[in-house]
Parts: sequence; structure tokens; C-alpha cells
Amino acid sequence: FYLTPPQVNSILKANEYSFKVPEFDGKNVSSVLGFDSNQLPANAPIEDRRSAATCLQTRGMLLGVFDGHAGCACAQAVSERLFYYIAVSLLPHETLLEIENAVESGRALLPILQWHKHPNDYFSKEASKLYFNSLRTYWQELIDLNSGETTDVREALINAFKRLDNDISLEAQVGDPNSFLNYLVLRVAFSGATACVAHVDGVDLHIANTGDSRAMLGVQEEDGSWSAVNLSYDHNAQNEHEVERVKMEHPKSEEKSLVKQDRLLGLLMPFRAFGDVKFKWSIELQKRVIESGPDQLNDNEYTKFIPPNYYTPPYLTAEPEVIHHKLRPQDKFLVLATDGLWETMHRQDVARIVGEYLTGVHHQQPIAVGGYKVTLGQMHGLLTERRARISSVFEDQNAATHLIRHAVGNNEFGTVDHERLSKMLSLPEELARMYRDDITIIVVQFNSHVI
Amino acid sequence: AAGMFLRLLSDLQWRAAHPKWRGMTSPRRSTSTTAEPHPVSLPAQAQVVICGGGITGTSVAYHLSKMGWKDIVLLEQGRLSAGTTRFCAGIVSTARPMSIELKMAHYSNKLYQQLEQETGVPTGYTKTGSLSLAQTQDRLISLKRIASSLNVMGIPCEIISPKQAAQLHPLINIHDLVGAMYVPEDALVTSANVTLALATAASRNGVQIHERTSVSHVTVQKGRVTGVETDRGRIQCQYFVNCAGQWAYELGHSGEEPVHIPLHACEHFYLLTHPWTEPLSSSLPTVVDPDGRIYIRNWQGGILSGGFEKNPKPLFTEGRNQLEIHNLQEDWDHFGPLLSSLLRRMPGLEALQILQLVNCPESFTPDMRCIMGESPTTRGYFVLAGMNSAGISYGGGAGKYLAEWMVNGYPSDNVWPLDLKRFGPLQSSRTFLRHRVMEVMPLMCDLKVPRWDFQTGRQLRTSPLYDRLDAQGARWMEKHGFERVKYFVPPGKDLLDLDHSKTFYKPDWFDIVGAEVKCCKEAVCVIDMSSFTKFEISSTGDQALESLQYLFSNDLDVPVGHVVHTGMLNEKGGYENDCSIARLSKRSFFMISPTDQQVHCWAWLKNRLPDDSNLTLEDVTWKYTALNLIGPRAVDVLSELSYAPMTAEHFPSLFCKEMSVGYANGIRVMSITHTGEPGFVLYIPIEYALHVYNEVMNMGQKYGIRNAGYYALRSLRIEKFFAFWGQDLDAFTTPMECGREFQVKLEKGTEFVGQEALLEQKQNGVYKRFTMFILEDHDTDMDLWPWWGEPIFRNGRYVGKTTSSAYSYTLERHVCLGFVHNFDEKTGEELVVTTDFINQGEYEIDIAGQRFQAKAKLYPFSSLFTQRRRKDEVELSGYQRE
Repeated sequence: FYLTPPQVNSILKANEYSFKVPEFDGKNVSSVLGFDSNQLPANAPIEDRRSAATCLQTRGMLLGVFDGHAGCACAQAVSERLFYYIAVSLLPHETLLEIENAVESGRALLPILQWHKHPNDYFSKEASKLYFNSLRTYWQELIDLNSGETTDVREALINAFKRLDNDISLEAQVGDPNSFLNYLVLRVAFSGATACVAHVDGVDLHIANTGDSRAMLGVQEEDGSWSAVNLSYDHNAQNEHEVERVKMEHPKSEEKSLVKQDRLLGLLMPFRAFGDVKFKWSIELQKRVIESGPDQLNDNEYTKFIPPNYYTPPYLTAEPEVIHHKLRPQDKFLVLATDGLWETMHRQDVARIVGEYLTGVHHQQPIAVGGYKVTLGQMHGLLTERRARISSVFEDQNAATHLIRHAVGNNEFGTVDHERLSKMLSLPEELARMYRDDITIIVVQFNSHVI
Repeated sequence: AAGMFLRLLSDLQWRAAHPKWRGMTSPRRSTSTTAEPHPVSLPAQAQVVICGGGITGTSVAYHLSKMGWKDIVLLEQGRLSAGTTRFCAGIVSTARPMSIELKMAHYSNKLYQQLEQETGVPTGYTKTGSLSLAQTQDRLISLKRIASSLNVMGIPCEIISPKQAAQLHPLINIHDLVGAMYVPEDALVTSANVTLALATAASRNGVQIHERTSVSHVTVQKGRVTGVETDRGRIQCQYFVNCAGQWAYELGHSGEEPVHIPLHACEHFYLLTHPWTEPLSSSLPTVVDPDGRIYIRNWQGGILSGGFEKNPKPLFTEGRNQLEIHNLQEDWDHFGPLLSSLLRRMPGLEALQILQLVNCPESFTPDMRCIMGESPTTRGYFVLAGMNSAGISYGGGAGKYLAEWMVNGYPSDNVWPLDLKRFGPLQSSRTFLRHRVMEVMPLMCDLKVPRWDFQTGRQLRTSPLYDRLDAQGARWMEKHGFERVKYFVPPGKDLLDLDHSKTFYKPDWFDIVGAEVKCCKEAVCVIDMSSFTKFEISSTGDQALESLQYLFSNDLDVPVGHVVHTGMLNEKGGYENDCSIARLSKRSFFMISPTDQQVHCWAWLKNRLPDDSNLTLEDVTWKYTALNLIGPRAVDVLSELSYAPMTAEHFPSLFCKEMSVGYANGIRVMSITHTGEPGFVLYIPIEYALHVYNEVMNMGQKYGIRNAGYYALRSLRIEKFFAFWGQDLDAFTTPMECGREFQVKLEKGTEFVGQEALLEQKQNGVYKRFTMFILEDHDTDMDLWPWWGEPIFRNGRYVGKTTSSAYSYTLERHVCLGFVHNFDEKTGEELVVTTDFINQGEYEIDIAGQRFQAKAKLYPFSSLFTQRRRKDEVELSGYQRE
């Protein structure tokens, strides 16, 4: 079984999306030029999600990747809801009041976010009312709390993450009279998702990370070479600080059982996540919710299973670690990706491949004849060769696609091997997950003219 | 480095050739290029100051001085023939699709040919001939159309086979060719030297030439040029000529009163090679391969080859920019596709060694035609620029026309297609120009089929109904920035995409337009005609009437509420404009003219109306949406909507009344249609447009109303033999020559412009006559369609050209309109054309070399009319140009 290059391309490009920040009068005044994103599923259906949106009532752009586990429900919910929580957390008091008044009097609402969505990125219609009500309760509380202080981005991000996770948990505890929604909120709460979110506003870049997705800055050195700067720490067993944190939060007696086989309680790879109430609720709460829940939930062995050595919940938090970075002229792009990418590629290679992709063509030395003896035929050959080189780079119109092509198809020499690519992409559904994970990538390009 | 070589080259030649001339300006050119004091100071005043020492500037100076104007100063910011002229490829080619361009190129060729003899300056003029190659049948058709035009002008020209082409130029690979056109008298020149020769001759005639003098701006008082400010002081002058090439736009905007000269520069590349091992003959014809987007000429034993790429690089959008000038480098990657094309055409050249790739910016205009004429707002400010990479081919002829314009008040031929006044401020946006020239430059090589539309710079001016019409399947074209509907594609019907719809044969919209025409004839159609130019002229007393009586040939002293069709004529009796004027009250008039008259007509009236604060002229184009209700049931629709009787007794033809339509009051309804079908035009204040449109469409439903576009309108007006200004009528056509005597009231009691000329024509007869031709043996499905510009033959001899054509769905035949002349068989002198002369001939129309029999008629088919009307009622005028 063999996929032709066009077939490979159609698989790789099925989910690709590009957004260019609109120019005004031929000039882009934003620090972001635009972004490319793409996903390649290994799970069926894919458990990764991605989101991108421009904040309309404050400045800045939000981008995030979400890696779901135990189903995609939680990742889906977070991808729909988290940016609203962040945007609301960033809003000044007056705007919150204005919005609340609008809702109260049934007037049209100020739009808060402008989404940049691929057609395959869907929002749940059924839950929108429920989600909206939770969000409204949040901003009402913010209004009541009115601290009068200007909103700090770091705090806003942390609050938003925590609040959303809290709402997910509450919604599952309260349930919903509508049986479809009731099952949905339970699935969201019992599945889990990591999140890696970037907020870019001018030269201020904030990364909020929960879990083992990763944010990486592509930096161009003075000699033109590329290097990678991590803007997030993985929350998993490889991160000593994270292991330390978990151990600190629980009695000494649990030290041995907390992390087993590099997993939290021997079960969970990420040490921080949304949802996953199995690692957050007390045993009694879990049992009560499951018993009163729908049959489907009761039939599911996974949800009924209580983790071993479960004494002092919660064991898991959605609180993100936030890193602030002031963009410099040499910071050319940001890569947000789920662990599916980082498992297969070193960040240094990612920086190089994206960097060369984004600038490769422009940096090709122009040809000058000068005083040399060059014939028309020689020049023609030279130009044809250059064009061929450019077109192979430009087979991908999207940096994220280009990166996935390398992640899946790279051979031992670090170049894309079509045969390998074809094999990897034609794996049957049930086998795919064994060779690779879902991959979701967002590549944000910065505007050096403004920074 | 790109410029250096050529600069040295032409300087050397210059020094060798012009010892005399050198003495007349300054000795500085023999030394280095460092700044030196200017030995000759600028005069304090002159009659004419020309800015720009390129081919256009020197050509204007040359022709002005030849015509007897001596007090002329030519200023050049650098050195003569710098700029685009120095670098241009030096090809003089007459193979041009437009007749006026063809005439200019022909004249240039003849001028350059004798220039060396006249001035003693070697111009490098070599008659090499040119070969235009066709890779496709469509291209061959377009070449055949040009060949027909060249032939009737007496310019030798042949359509030849690929094999014959190979005999004329042994290096051509002919495997992919279907044919070629050979023009043996096309030539090559050294463009810099042609410029120097023109300058030399002008200088001998008294023109003062000052180099290294740059114009900062032109001073204006009371709408007239008064002088020029330069970096070396001020010159008072009556006339200023902007020949600043790619800087003309900026210079136009530098003064207090901007002169809008819409052009934009693009980088243009060509390749120079070392001589071939056996140097190529200097008599090898120039090869133009439009399908390959390239031209190739012999150059000093090697070749010079450039082209017009699909992805041009516009520059200087933000004005002159030192950085950009500096960055004008060779871009081989950009030139790559053209090089491939060159080697495909001449594979034998592979071993030829590269000398350099020259980057020479050229300026392009929004419609691919050059810009000449007087500013509509500043009298005495003339322009000649925007040569669209054909400066050498057009320079001579264009300079002559502009000189005639300045000296005589108008050139010796109709140059409206090139007139600066076809543009206004609306084409002057930098963004628009940048986008449009990126489309225009590739178009230099693209196939030009009938009725193609520009794709960039669109949706600028739109009717309030635009979205409504668009949602109903409207397909759009643009005129003077205004979107107008061509036709409506019915739901479920697909048309070809843009590239595939290009054809010289029956177009894919044939049946669609047929259905719209049928509806106009049998029921009722709505056409949005909001683009037309609308002026209001009013006064406190009789000033408006008196002025209009003087400026228009028909009698405007009609009862209030009457509409008059009339020409706005020049002194020679020619149409400057053709319009409908409604008398709104004793003292105010509403005037409707063609869309592209907005700038020209305004300037014409402004310059001629008395300077009287009690007389006001207002452009109200934007205030009204115009809906044309055409068809026998228009009466019913309108009377139901207004509860007013609309029958001929109550609302006769050529009548104007304000009334209510639906809820909207104050709708100006006129019983004219521009096509001769019964119907009305509604002038609706724009805020009512949607309401009235909706009402009309709802009410019209039971009468079978539908939308229609301009293509239907054109078919209707042409089968009715209605001339349109800009298409059929121009400043060289009088009412007498197009059967419009009834619109001229020679005895109206007041004098009017053109009266004398018309009286003379009335006595002596006319020298051309507007005639309608019905093609007899033309197969609509199989044969090439006529367009306009096709030669007309009478008894086998050329007598004129068509000006417009359309398929008549009623006659089921093609109808062409055009002018018949009577050239003396021996001398070629123009003789009087009589009715008998027209009626007693056997006619043929030449479409791309193939002749079709045609029946000539001087009057429209009366049987086509659904109801009988008075003759002067049916001879309505119309206004638009396809």
C-alpha cells in the first residue's frame, strides 16, 4: 500500500489553517504577522484541539493547543471556553458592567473575541447556553469584586484557568436536567486536557501552560542560524520541580505511591490538567456523582475505577505556570505544539526547520553576473535549479504542515523521506496510535518591523 | 552598474556626434558628473516651459518649435534622455491594436527615419521589420485584426506561416507556432540618440534646453498657469508641459491645485548579451512573442530581450524614494520565466554570453493608454506621460498631437482615448494605481478579446442597489470607476470562468442577453444606469438659458418639463459631448451625459460659462440613482406605483416630471430610454433607491419584469442605429454626419458654438456619413464576431471603419455602425459623401482578414418599433461607450 505525493499532501493539509493579520494601508501594525496551524490525528477521533482568537475589547491575540486524554470532551470544552474566561479576566470593570447591562436588558452584546477557526474546529451548540451562564456568573463575581486595580495578564491567565476548571467540576456535580447535556458535562469532567496558551500583546508575550504541551520561541542569531528558547516547562515526571511540588502537597506517607512509572499515581502522564475529576474529587463525591449519573457513565469501567492510593485529593490542578517574555527583534516565531511533536523532534530541529521555512526564500542570495562569463544556458540551468529548490520548500504553504511533514517523515538524515511519510500516514486507525500521537501545531510569526 | 554602461555608451556617441550642440548648452558634459555651476542662467520668462528631457519632452519641444512657437524652455532634472528613455529598448513598432496609437507609431517611424538627415545626429535608425508570433489560433486572430488595420492605412503588413517566419529569422524555433505577422517597415533606433536629435533640432529652432534643473512646482493663478518654480529660480510662463515620465504623478501633485495624472512605475527588465561568435546581423527583424511574454531584438551583434512578466514589481508607490532607486538591481530569479521563454523561442542562443540584466522602470496607466492633454482644472497645464513601455513608438506622434493641441486648440485627430480628462481624482489613489498597474503590465502581452474588463481597482463607485443586483446574478463591468451590470446570470446557469470565456467568437452570455432583450421588447426590464454624469445648471435670471443656448446646438428654450437631446459642440461642429437636458424650471436645467464625461464636460462648461455668481453649475451625479424602465409594460408598472396616468396623452415622450413612486416622493421621471424602446428613466434621490427598486420589482412581477444589463441595452441601441458618444461620436463628428440634423436648430435665434461649421456643412455636404450595416453572410455561431474598428469596404475599396457592433436579436443578424468616407480614387482626397453614394455601393466588413457582405442603411428599421412615433422622438440619443 503506497500513497502518492498528492495523497500524502491531501492528508497533511486536511486540517491546515492560516491567518494573516489584516494590513492597514499596506502596513501591519500588530506585533503578530499571522499564524499557521495544523493537526494530524493518530487517535480516532483526534483528541487534540486548538484555538486562536483576537481579543476585541482589549488588545492582544490568544492562541492555544489542547491535548485531551480519556476522550476529547474535556479538550473540546476547554478549546471553546478558556479564551472567553481569559478575555473576561482581562476586561476592565467598565466593560464588564457594559456587557452585564447589555445582557440584562437584552441588548446586543459587545463581541469579546474574534475567532480564527478552521472549518473542522467546531463549537458545541447544545452547551452554549450552559457555558454562557457559567461565564456570566464569573463576570458578575468579577464585577462584585471590583478591585479597581488594572488587570495583570499573569493573574488573569491563572484565574481564568482555575475558574474554568472549577466550573467544569461544578457543572458535573450539579448536573443538567437535559440528559444529553448532563452526560456531556460528566464526560467533560471525567476526561482531561492539557493546555498551552499564548497571549501576545505588542512586545508582551505570556505563555500559560498546564500539562506537557510546549511553547518554544524561534530566535535568529546574528549569524543567521536558529536557536530555540523554551517558554514553558513540561508538567510531567521528567520535571523535577513538578515532582517536588506534588510531593510537597501530600503527606510524606504517600511519597512512594504519588509517582510511579513516571505517572501520577501510576496512571496519569501530565501532572497538571483540566478535568480529570477522578484525580480531584473525594472518593465519596466521585461515587455519588457516578451513581446518580446516566447509565452510560455507570457502564464505563474507567470512570468507575478509583485510582490506587487515593488518600488526599486533589492530586491534580489546572493552575498554569505563566512565563512572561518581552519580544526582541531576533524573536521571529513561536511554536505551540502538543507532545506529539516534541516526542518526535528536538526543539533545536524545530527552530531550524521553521526558521528556514519562514525565511528560506528571502535569504537566498540574489544572483549577480558581475564580471563572470555566464551564458544564457548556464543562467537558465541555475535559475531552474533555484526554482526547484524554492518550490520544494513551498510545497507547504503552511509552516505547521511543513513541520508535521518533517515530524512524521524525517529519516535518519533529517530530511523528509517520502516512503516513510507514506507508510506512517497509511497506518490503519488501530495501529496509528502506537507509532505516533496526535500532533497539533501553531506557528505564530512575529512582525520584526514593529518589535 | 546597470545604468553605467549605457550611460557611457551614449555619452561617447553624443560627444562624437554633437560638437555643435555642445557649445550651445554648456561645456560641462565633457568632464565628470560632479556638480558644476550652471553657465547659462534661466530666463525670467518664456511662453512654454517643458519639464522632462526624455523622448516625450523633446518631441513636444521639437514639434512646437516646428509649428512656429519659439519661446520655449525645456528643463531636465538630470541630463537629456536620462530616465526611462535612456534605457528603453528602442523598438519602433506600429503593430498596435488601437487606431490612434497605430497612427502615432506610424508617424514616429517616419519622423525618426528622416531625423538623422535633418539633424546630422546619427539615430541608429535601422529598418529591420518586426515579427509578431502566434502560438495559438486566438492570438493569430488578434494579429489578423491588427493586420487589417495596418493594411487599410497603407502600412505594409503580412500574415505569414511559421515556415516563412523561420526564413526571416533563422534562430526562431517554430514548432509551437501557428502563424505570424510581419511588418517590414518597423524599425530600431538608439532611443537616447533620437532624443538628442530631437533636442538638437528644437535647439536650432530656438528652444532653450537646461539640464540639471528640476521643477519643484507650478504656480497657478485664477485657474491658469503663471510660472514654474525650479531649484534655480522662477520662470514665468503661460504654458507648462509635464513630460516628467514616471515622476509626472508626483509633479502633478506638487502644486497647490493638484493635477491628477494617474500613472505608476513598474520595474522592467531586459537582457543584453555579448555579440554572438558570428555577430548577428543588424537587419534581423525584431521578434515579439506575446504568448511567451517576450520581445527580442538584435543588439550590437548580440541580442536585447525583455518582456512583461505575470508578477510585475511596482515601485515608487510612495513617491520618489532614494532607497528604491538604489535597490533597482538585476533580479535574475524574477527574470527566470522570461529567460525560459527566450530560450524556448531561440534555443540556439544558449551559448550566448550575458552582458547584463538591465532594470529600467517604466510607467503604466490604469487603462494601458498614454496620457495627454490639458488639465481640466488648470488652463495652460499640459501633460504627456504614461507611455506604457512604448515611449519610443508613440513619442514622435504623441509629441506632434500635443503640440497641435497647444498651438491650434485641438489636435488633428481624435485623441479622446488618450485625453487626460478621461481620468479624474478618482483614478489617482496610490493604492488604486499600484494595484491596477500590476494588472496592466502583464496585460501588455495578454490576449485582448472584445469586452474584457479590468479586475483590479473595482467596486469603487457603486449604486445603492449593488448588493441587491449582485445577489440576483449580476455580472459587472466598470466605467470611470462605476460598477455597471453587463447581464444577469439566471439561477442554476453557470458561465465559463474568466480565462475560458475569452473569445473572438460567440460568447457564452449570448442566450442570457437574448432573453433580456426579449423581455425589453415584450414586457419590461429594469436597468440601473446610475453611473451617468448628471449636472444641474441654474441661475437667478436668464443666465442659465442664455449660456446653454450658446453652448448647445439644439433649442433649449422649451416649455418647462421638456427634455431635449442635444450635442455640446466645438467650433468645428464636432461632438464634445452628447446629452439630454431637461428644463426643470424657467431657470434651471438638469443635464445627463455619458459616465466618462464627468471630468471633461465639467471642464468644458467651467471654461465657457460666464464667471457669474448668479449662475451655478453643480455635479449631482452622486445624488441620484437612475433606473431605466424599458419595455411596453413600463407604463403599466409606473402608473400602478404612482396612481398617475402615464399614457402618451398624459406623459408624452421626451417629458420630465417630478412625481411619487411608491412611498417616495420627488422622483424625477423622464420619458426617455436611451434605446428607442418605450419606457422611462427614474432619477431617484439615493436614499429612496432601494425602496423604489423594490416597489418596481414587486409591482412589475405581474407584467413579467426582470433585471437587465448594459449588453442588452447595447444590442437594442445598435439595432436602432443610435450613436453613442465616445464610441461612435467624437470631437471630429458633427450632427450632420450622423443623421442628427434635427437636433441642430440653426435658426433658433441665438448664436451657438459650432454654428458656422454646421452651416457650411449644410451647404457643402459632409465628408463622412454614419451608416448602419447588416451583415448578410455572417454565421453567428461559426464566424468571428465584429467588435469595432473593422475596416469597411465599398465596391472593394476601403471607405472607413466600424465604431460599434452588436448582434440584433430582432433581426437575427449582426449590426455594425460606422462611418463611410469617399476617398478620391487617384488622389486619396476626401470627397463629399451623398445619400446616393451610400446607397449605391456594395459593402463588405473585414473581420480579421475575412470579408463579410453587408447591407448599408442610413435610417433604422421602422418595423422594429412596437409603436409608431414621430421621427424626432424616436431618434433618441444615448450615451455610453462599451
